Amino acid sequence: MTTSAIPVIDPALVPATLALPRHLLSTGDLTADTATLILDTAARIEQAIAGREVRKLPTLRGRTVVNLFYEDSTRTRISFELAAKRLSADVINFSAKGSSVSKGESLKDTALTLQAMGADAVVCRHQSSGAPHRLANWVDGHVINAGDGTHEHPTQALLDAYTLRRHLGEIAGRRIVIVGDVLHSRVARSNVLLLATLGAEVTLVAPPTLLPIGVGSWPCAVDYDLDHALPGADAVMMLRVQRERMGGAFFPTEREYSRRYGLDGRRRALLAPHGIVLHPGPMNRGMEIEPSVADGQGSVIVEQVGNGVTVRMAVLYLLLSGASEV
Amino acid sequence: MEHERPRLPETEPGSQQRQLLSESDIARTIDRIAHQILERDHEAAASGDVVLLGIPTRGSHLADRLAARLSVFTGRPAVAGALDTTLYRDDLRSQGPRALAATTMPPGGIDGRTVILVDDVLFSGRTIRAALDALRDHGRPALVQLAVLVDRGHRQLPIRADYVGKNIPTALTDSVAVKLAETDGYDAVELRRAP
Repeated sequence: MTTSAIPVIDPALVPATLALPRHLLSTGDLTADTATLILDTAARIEQAIAGREVRKLPTLRGRTVVNLFYEDSTRTRISFELAAKRLSADVINFSAKGSSVSKGESLKDTALTLQAMGADAVVCRHQSSGAPHRLANWVDGHVINAGDGTHEHPTQALLDAYTLRRHLGEIAGRRIVIVGDVLHSRVARSNVLLLATLGAEVTLVAPPTLLPIGVGSWPCAVDYDLDHALPGADAVMMLRVQRERMGGAFFPTEREYSRRYGLDGRRRALLAPHGIVLHPGPMNRGMEIEPSVADGQGSVIVEQVGNGVTVRMAVLYLLLSGASEV
Repeated sequence: MEHERPRLPETEPGSQQRQLLSESDIARTIDRIAHQILERDHEAAASGDVVLLGIPTRGSHLADRLAARLSVFTGRPAVAGALDTTLYRDDLRSQGPRALAATTMPPGGIDGRTVILVDDVLFSGRTIRAALDALRDHGRPALVQLAVLVDRGHRQLPIRADYVGKNIPTALTDSVAVKLAETDGYDAVELRRAP
């Protein structure tokens, strides 16, 4: 313990060069070192509460975390709520349904209301890409993007990276295939940026109609043929076909999509022997993934949910501890 | 066994650095604490119910060393672990985030056992307060004791060590650094006096 009268720079403090940005809006804002700090912190938190009867830490006592959800979500909202509660923060859940938003309140006015209530962190899920960025300009607290439109979902990418690291050891040099509806997927974008930063070799596989314009500039390879991309991969991440975001017809029939881009037992066997299967959920069983694969050996889909709580605890701890320069 | 201790070069103008304990002093001190533990907790130590929980970073190395010496003296393995107190600190709000260190609880947990917290320097007592809070969430030991290599005074809380390697009177502006081979490449306790 070194508290002394003369100010000493404590070597245990996270150096400013590693610190998280003020708001967690995009995995593109994270350097490899900062991302690794988040994953290491998550691993330590998991270790600290493993096997304990009281799975609660007093770390964020007296802090307030607002879950601002404009879009339906089960696992992300519950995961953030549990993470904040495990760190003893006070949690306020705000969903657009049943709030003043349904009476026509704007995002800015809602933000100012939260600001007046003294939110230390705002976890924001919104159907419009960029909404958390706007929000970050209006509130003093830290904004965490919990999914904005088809743009980004940084904590999902972090929990996927955490899950990958637990099973594969090192992420650098691993070959990871991300399959499916990349066009509507914020998970894919966040994952490509983060995994590339961490040194993985990422391949996106999708029908051309489900790839966004400009995908050529992403730090990854693109393939249209799943059977060509899968052999020897260390992990495959299946994306949900987001029918609620699809206005037009992106593929002829569900059966055809499933046959060309679905993960069945035969394709599962193409992975490396240690290969694992991820899915951010919720799954369309029988569409992008066969139930036998989703529940089979090497599937870490259920574990991802548990890791989500740990990783979000790490993010909240790193963002919210320390002097608030408000 | 008294010997002339080398005077280390001054690191900055006006400030002095002095070695308080050498490598052999530290080894002897650890042996002495191990014997004191055996004397005071002989029943628990004999039945393997003593758990040495080090506070990272250097406290956990000291706990490992103490455990190794205890098992030499008793002839049965002693249990050591690590308890990171970072998430229980009372200055997280003012100080900024800290990297977390490892927590390793012994198999079988700490319920009903004698836990001896091990740290390198006892100063304000706030780390030990945090450790006691953390322990409470991990289980209910039968007895908790505290062993430190150096007690430098200036307590800010009503906390006192059961086993003290060396009492060192210091000024508040002094800094006491414990160096251990595991982290620093050599063993020593050094006192740096501000100008």
